[in-house]
Amino acid sequence: MEYFDFLQLIAKILLVVGVCLGVVPVTVWFERRGAAWMQGRVGPNRVGPFGLLQPLADVLKFIHKEDFVPKNANKFYYYLAPLIALIAPLCALSVIPFGDKAIVGGREVVLQIAQMDSGVIFILAFAGLEVYPLILAGWASKNKYSVLGALRGSSQIVSYEISMGLSLLSMLIVYGSFNPHEMVSWQVEHFWGAVVNPFGALVFLISIFAETNRLPFDLPEGESEIVAGYHLEYGAMKFALFFMAEYIAMIMASALISTLFFGGYSLLPGMDFLVSFIASFFGFGSVGTTNVTAVFQFVSLASKVAFFMFLFVWIRWTLPRFRFDQLMDLGWKILFPLSLINLVVVTLGVYYFNR
Amino acid sequence: MGTINVSKKYTAVEKAYLPAILIGMKITMKRFIQGFLFRKSWTIMYPEKRRDYSDRFRGAHFISVDPKKTENCTACFLCETVCPAECIHIVAEERDEADNSYGVAKEKKPASFDIDLLRCCFCGFCEEACPKDAIKLSTNYEMATYSREDAIVDLDHLKRPMNGRHEKKDS
Ligand code: SF4
Ligand code: SF4
Repeated sequence: MEYFDFLQLIAKILLVVGVCLGVVPVTVWFERRGAAWMQGRVGPNRVGPFGLLQPLADVLKFIHKEDFVPKNANKFYYYLAPLIALIAPLCALSVIPFGDKAIVGGREVVLQIAQMDSGVIFILAFAGLEVYPLILAGWASKNKYSVLGALRGSSQIVSYEISMGLSLLSMLIVYGSFNPHEMVSWQVEHFWGAVVNPFGALVFLISIFAETNRLPFDLPEGESEIVAGYHLEYGAMKFALFFMAEYIAMIMASALISTLFFGGYSLLPGMDFLVSFIASFFGFGSVGTTNVTAVFQFVSLASKVAFFMFLFVWIRWTLPRFRFDQLMDLGWKILFPLSLINLVVVTLGVYYFNR
Repeated sequence: MGTINVSKKYTAVEKAYLPAILIGMKITMKRFIQGFLFRKSWTIMYPEKRRDYSDRFRGAHFISVDPKKTENCTACFLCETVCPAECIHIVAEERDEADNSYGVAKEKKPASFDIDLLRCCFCGFCEEACPKDAIKLSTNYEMATYSREDAIVDLDHLKRPMNGRHEKKDS
């Protein structure tokens, strides 16, 4: 690997990880503040301006807490679980393209950490890994409630992964590619995936809610029923890791659904005009224009992700938790057959249009 | 006889669930805008603003004193007896003839009068039982302490100067 390649790779990794870790506290803050606004409360507003430093105070509190390990816990898996929880979604993020390309020093930099043709499979593999921390945490901490949470979590994620996979498959047929970059360029040329296959987008949206254990599908951690589910025995920074992992998984899921169904980094309507205006205003050449475009592509992906993060919070404070049998009914009796039918319809449609 | 089926038949729209979700999301969005843009909230910003409770509110105890700052309590043990939580502990003693300002009227006095606020259930029975109107419950609800020992209040604390049933602000 060349020096330059290595450097640009490190820079991209730093950018993605930095943005993710930087967004987490803001999301946590927004989650609490937004919840308060929706419920007619005020929310955290004491630490810093508008309570913005509240996550910092939380972290400080977490660091000072006792690092407790249950006596009969399986230490290795107990410590492993939060790490997997954090690392799996971060890895999956490495395949999401966050821009087309930038030109640095006369060389092209593809704005995606890992350029692989089987990108979507890679994402699915790491999204599937998200069930492991649940099971490991629940089982290793030797607590009945944790095991219950782990059981619920694993059955839920496994069930919803099927409909998620099927709706993804229908999109793969439309795009004819596994490569996220090609998917986005298809969407730039034609329409957003959600326009082509709105039902698939809906099923995928529901499935990612289930995959990230967010309300209304937060059965693995149902506070009112099984205390806190799989992370019941986790305290201090280990709990904080789970907490962060949940938000990073949300970011990952939002980035994934924006890439697959909502045009990914393709410019939001009106932005291409802005780009050409800026380029002509400052008299940029083709290099400058490409770079400005890259910045705006990043911004448009970020705003799409932000919208989905908002949707996560919005839904959370709108819907109550499902009962377990309702959850399974929805997954197996409704979403699964419907996404199968959708797959068939999309396949026929693609066949018809490509004939 | 038999069970009565009260479950309701759902219409197709209700079964689809999504319209209902959208309606719910509309409501939360409305609330969000109210909270975010118009700062509408029902929160009382506690330490700065306090909620007004009625004079009947049963908070921290106090023992009323006469103008000469002598406690009205005669250590009759009625409150200790009636207390369901058994959190009042009185030790009685004879009042010195010399500082018995009322002659024989108050010849008994509490040597110590301890109330364990952590055990107390604030039922107010002690106040009702007291023949001397000595023990009373104030409207003060801020009784947090740093240790369990601090939550056991003694006679000195109970005899603190009061403003009716309200805590004196500057005390
Ligand atoms: S309020 Fe009730 S529980 Fe408390 S000291 Fe008086 S009688 Fe006992
Ligand atoms: S009932 Fe009244 S007078 Fe009797 S011991 Fe209690 S506080 Fe004192």
